[in-house]
Amino acid sequence: MNSHAVKTSAIALIIDDEPQIRRLLRVTLESNGYEVFDAVDGNQGIVQAAQCRPDVILLDLGLPDLDGVAVLKRIREWSRVPVIILSVRDREQDKIAALDAGADDFVTKPFSSGELLARLRTTLRRSQPASGASVFRAGKIEVDLSARNVRKQGQEVKLTPTEYALLRLLVIHGGKVLTHRQLLTEVWGPNAVEQTHYLRVHIAHLREKLEENSAQPAFIITEPGVGYRAVGWE
Amino acid sequence: VNDRERPNPDALLAAIQGKTARSQRGRLKVFLGMCPGVGKTYAMLEAAQRELKAGRDVIIAYVETHGRKETDALAIGLPLIARKLYEHRGLALSEMDLDAVLSRHPQLALVDELAHTNAPGSRHPKRWQDVNELLDAGVDVFTTVNVQHLESRADTVRQITGAEIRETVPDSLLDAATLELVNLPPAELVARLQQGKVYLAERAASAGQNFFQESNLTALRELSLRLVADHVSVDTQEFHRSQADAGAWKTGHRLMVAVSASPLSESLIRWTRRMADSLRCPWLAVHVENTRPLEDPVQSRLQQNVALARTLGAEVVDTTDDNLARGLLRIARQNNVSQIILGKPAGATLFEWFRAGKLFRQLTRDSGDIDLQIVRAEKTGVVLPPRRWRWRPTSDGKQYVIAALTLAIVGLLNALLVQFTGPRVPGFVFLLAVVLLALFLGRGPMLFAGAASALAWNYFFLPPRFTFIITSTEDGVLFGLYFVVAIVLGQLVARIRAQELAERRREERATALYHLTREFAQAGTRDEVVWQLVAEVNRGFQASTAVVLPGEKSLAAHPDSSLVLSEKELQVAEWTFLNRQPAGKFTDNLPGAEALHLPLTTERSVVGVLSVSLPEKALPLARRDLLEAYARQAALVLDRVALRAIGEQSKLVAESERLSNALLNSISHELRTPLAAITSAISALAESKKPDGTFDRSMVAEIQEASARLNRLVGNLLNVTRLESGHMRLNLDWCDVRDLVQTTVRVLERELSGRTVTLEMADKLPLVRLDFTLIQQSLANLMLNAVSHTPPGTPIRLQVRTEPLWLVFNIADDGPGLSPELLPRIFDKFFRAPGAPAGGSGLGLAIVKGFVEAHGGRIFAANRPGGGAEFTLRLPQTEIQPVETA
Repeated sequence: MNSHAVKTSAIALIIDDEPQIRRLLRVTLESNGYEVFDAVDGNQGIVQAAQCRPDVILLDLGLPDLDGVAVLKRIREWSRVPVIILSVRDREQDKIAALDAGADDFVTKPFSSGELLARLRTTLRRSQPASGASVFRAGKIEVDLSARNVRKQGQEVKLTPTEYALLRLLVIHGGKVLTHRQLLTEVWGPNAVEQTHYLRVHIAHLREKLEENSAQPAFIITEPGVGYRAVGWE
Repeated sequence: VNDRERPNPDALLAAIQGKTARSQRGRLKVFLGMCPGVGKTYAMLEAAQRELKAGRDVIIAYVETHGRKETDALAIGLPLIARKLYEHRGLALSEMDLDAVLSRHPQLALVDELAHTNAPGSRHPKRWQDVNELLDAGVDVFTTVNVQHLESRADTVRQITGAEIRETVPDSLLDAATLELVNLPPAELVARLQQGKVYLAERAASAGQNFFQESNLTALRELSLRLVADHVSVDTQEFHRSQADAGAWKTGHRLMVAVSASPLSESLIRWTRRMADSLRCPWLAVHVENTRPLEDPVQSRLQQNVALARTLGAEVVDTTDDNLARGLLRIARQNNVSQIILGKPAGATLFEWFRAGKLFRQLTRDSGDIDLQIVRAEKTGVVLPPRRWRWRPTSDGKQYVIAALTLAIVGLLNALLVQFTGPRVPGFVFLLAVVLLALFLGRGPMLFAGAASALAWNYFFLPPRFTFIITSTEDGVLFGLYFVVAIVLGQLVARIRAQELAERRREERATALYHLTREFAQAGTRDEVVWQLVAEVNRGFQASTAVVLPGEKSLAAHPDSSLVLSEKELQVAEWTFLNRQPAGKFTDNLPGAEALHLPLTTERSVVGVLSVSLPEKALPLARRDLLEAYARQAALVLDRVALRAIGEQSKLVAESERLSNALLNSISHELRTPLAAITSAISALAESKKPDGTFDRSMVAEIQEASARLNRLVGNLLNVTRLESGHMRLNLDWCDVRDLVQTTVRVLERELSGRTVTLEMADKLPLVRLDFTLIQQSLANLMLNAVSHTPPGTPIRLQVRTEPLWLVFNIADDGPGLSPELLPRIFDKFFRAPGAPAGGSGLGLAIVKGFVEAHGGRIFAANRPGGGAEFTLRLPQTEIQPVETA
C-alpha cells in the first residue's frame, strides 16, 4: 500500500472557530504535505471554499454564525469537494444528518492525528477520478464489478442480486460510512427508507458468506445507529 | 328585563378585583334614631360635610332627602353615584349601584336607611348586606337606622307600638360600628310631625297615628338610649377579644336556646341574643329533631327560626333525640353551656302548659350545674295549626290492612283452638300476635291491633260469646289487663323502633362523614381529594358538584368536577372565595344562582369553593349541615395536602442539593485526576532532554490514557444529563443481535485485550427492536465494569438468549463478586464501592439502568453460585419481527 497516495500538496480548508484546533490541525496537516487554508466561521468558510478550491474540507458543526450542516448544504449546491466533519457532537442523529447532507466522513472530537490522516487519505483517494479499476480486494475476497462476480479464496461466492447490490455500493464507497437511508434508497428505492430490517438481514447474510469469522467482522463494519462502512478494500 | 336584573358580570368582576386590593375592613358609623323624622339623614350629611372638609374622599352612594330643603342643602358638594334602576312588576325602583360604588372605591360612602329591602334581582336581598360588602372592600360607611329595625329590638318595639316590623338588621353588623344617637325629645318630634316636616311613606302613615303617640316615643327613646349605652365601643370590644384569648370566654357564660317551629321560638331567640349581648358571651341555638317527620309549613318555619338565630350570631347545632330535654342537655354538656333559656308561654293552652311543665320538670331534675332561665316568650307570626290535634298517619293504610288480616287469621286459629282450651287461651294467642305485629308496624296500626284484638277476644271468645258483655269478674279483670298490656306493649315496641330509625338516620350521617374522612385520609394528592369529595357529595346528595380552586391566574373548576359552571356561576364562586361566605341558591348572597357555593375554609386560609347543584327546592337543615361538614373536612385535607406538598418540595430541594454536592465532588475529582496526569506528563516531556531527540514513550501513553478517561467521563455525564432531562427519546429500530454484540466487542478491543471473552449466542437470532446505540453502550458499560472489577486476564462471558417476549443478555465474570450489602446500591448515581479501582465515575451502572428502563426492561445484579458477579439485562420484545419482502 502506497502510504502517500495523495497528490503532493493537496489543499485542505479548515472551517473551525476554535483557534487551538485550527492551529493543531494546521501543524499536523502541513507537516504531512498539505497546503492549508482556514476560516473562522461558516460564511467565511463558504467564501474560502469557492476561492481557494480545496481538495478537502474539514468542517466543524458548531460554528458561531451558521450551523455546520447548513454550511455543508450551501457548499454542496455547487461543489462535490470531499467534506469531513470534525465535531464534538457524537449523537447518531447529528452524524446521520451530516452524512445525509453529503458529508464524506464524520470524525468525533477528540481524535488522534493518525486516525484523521488515515480518513483524509481514504477520502481523497475516493474522490480522485475513477481509476477505471473494477476489481476490489479485501483479504481473500475479490469483487469484480465488470464481471459481476465475487470470489473468496478463488471460489465464487453465490450472492443474491440484493446482496450483490449492497456489497457493490459499500465497496465503491470503500472507507466511507453509508447511512441506513443512503443504503436503503440506493438498493431498495426511496420508498424503503424505513425498512431497516432489510438491511440487518442482508448485511448478516453478506457477513456469513464473506467474513472469515462472522463473529468478528473485518470487511463490513457497523457504525452504531448510523450505518455501515466497508474497510480494507483496495 | 331578566337580563337587566342580573348583576353585570363585568361589574362584578371589577368589584372582585377591586376587593383583592383591599387592605382592611372599612369602619361603619351608624346614625341611630328612635323613629323616623328625628333627623338622622341630616345628622349624617352634616358629619359627611365635616369629613369632606377634613379632606376625605366622600361620596353619596344612596341618600334619601325626601325633598327637604335643609337636608338637600347639606348634600351640596358631595359627589353622587347614580342609582341603578330596576323594574319590578311595572314599578321603577331605584337602588344603590353597589358595583359602581365598589369600582369608584371612595374612602367614605354614605348609605341611607340600612334596613332597606332591595329590589328583586339585586345582588343581595337587603341593603345591610350591600353595606357589609362595602366594608369588606375597605370602604368606610356612614349609615342611618331606626332602633326598631335592629333584629334584637324589633320584638320589644312591636310590644311597645303594636307595629309589625318586617325590615330588620342583624345586631352583629353593629358590633364593630360606632353608634351615634340622633336624639330629639318626643314633644319636639310631635311638633315637627304636625308641621309636616316628617316624611312618611304611605304605609307608615297609616300606622302613624298609633306609632307617634308621645308615650310610644318616650319608650322608643329610652330603648335607643339604652342600646347606645349598652353598645360596646369598638376599642373596648377589641380589648375583650384579646382577653378572650386568655380564656375569659371559656370560663364565662355560654347561653343556649332551643329552636323549634314553635311560635314562641322567635322571641326566645331574640331574647337570648340580647342577653348574650349584655353578657358579651357566645350563644348556641339548638334544634332537637325527633323521629316524627315535619310538615312543610312547620319545616319552613323552623328553617326561618334557625336562619334568624344564625344571623343573630348564634352557633347553630342540630341533633336528633326523641326526648327533647335529654337532647338539649346532651348538647349543653358537650358545649360547656352555662345557661339554658326557656320560654314560659304567654297565653298558653292547658295542654301547652302540661307539655312545657313536663319539659321543665325533666330539665330541672337533670340539668345539674347548668342554670335554667325561664323567660316570658310571646307568640309571633301566624299561629300554625297545633300539631297534637292533627291526624297524622305515620303509617300508611297498608299497615292497618296487615294488622286486620293477621288478626282475622289468628281469630280463625283461635276459633279452632277454643274448642279444646276454653275462652282464655285465645286471649294469649292474640297477645302474642300483637307483640309480633309490633315488630313490624307503626304506632297507629298497633293501637288499632291492640284494641281490635281485645274487642275480638271479648266478642268471639269470652262467654257469653258473640256479645260484648262480660259476666264473670275474672274475665272482666283479664280483659281489662289485656287491653292495657296490648296497647302499652304495642306502643313501647313501636317507639323503640322509631328511635332505632332516628338512630339509624344519625348513624348514616355520621357514617357518611366518617366515610369521607377515611377516604380523605387515603388521598395523597389534591386531585385525589377533589375526586373523593365530588364522588361523595354526588353520591350523598344526588347532586352534581364542582370544586373550584385557585389556579395560576384565576379560579377554575377542577377537571374532575361533575358540574359544569357557567361564566356566571364561576363568578358567584369567586365571590364566595373572596368573601369566605356561602353564596348562590339557598343563601342570601346572589340567591339567583343555580348552584350553592360553599367556601372551603380553614382557620388559616380559604383553599377553594365547593359548588353544588342540588335537585331539591329547599335544603333541610340537616343536609346543609352535612354539606358544610363535608366542605370543612375537605378544606382541612386540601390544606394539609398543600402543606405536605410544600414540605415535599423542600425535601426535594434538599435531596437535589445533596445530589449536586455529590456530583460536584465527584466531577471535580474525576475531571482533575486525568488533567493532573496530563499536565504532569507534559511537563515531564517538556523537561526531558534526551540527547538523541527522542522522548519518553511512557509519558505519551499516560497522556493518551488520561485523555481517554476524560472523554469517557464527559460521555457518561452527557448520558446522565440526557436521562435526567426526561427528554430521552428512544430511537427504536430493528437490530441484529449478533451485530450488536460484535460491535460492542470491537469498540472495547483495547480494554478487553489480554482477556478471554466468550460470546454465547445462537447462530440464528431474530431481529429485535431496540435502540442500537443505547443498548450497545449498556453492554459496553457492563463489560467495562467487569474489566475494572476483576484482576487482569479474568475471563468474561457474554450470553444472549431469547425467551418468549424477552431478550436476555447475561454478562458474567469469574472475579471476586459483589459484596451483598452493597448490592442494593450499585445502580445509584455516583455510588462507588469502597476499594473500587480508580478511574470509574460511579455513573456507568446508573446509566445502564436508565437506558434499560427506558426500554421498559429490567437489570439485575447477582453473585454467581460458582463465584464471580453476573449482570442480567431483560428487554421486552413485544413486537413481531417484520417479514422480509425483498
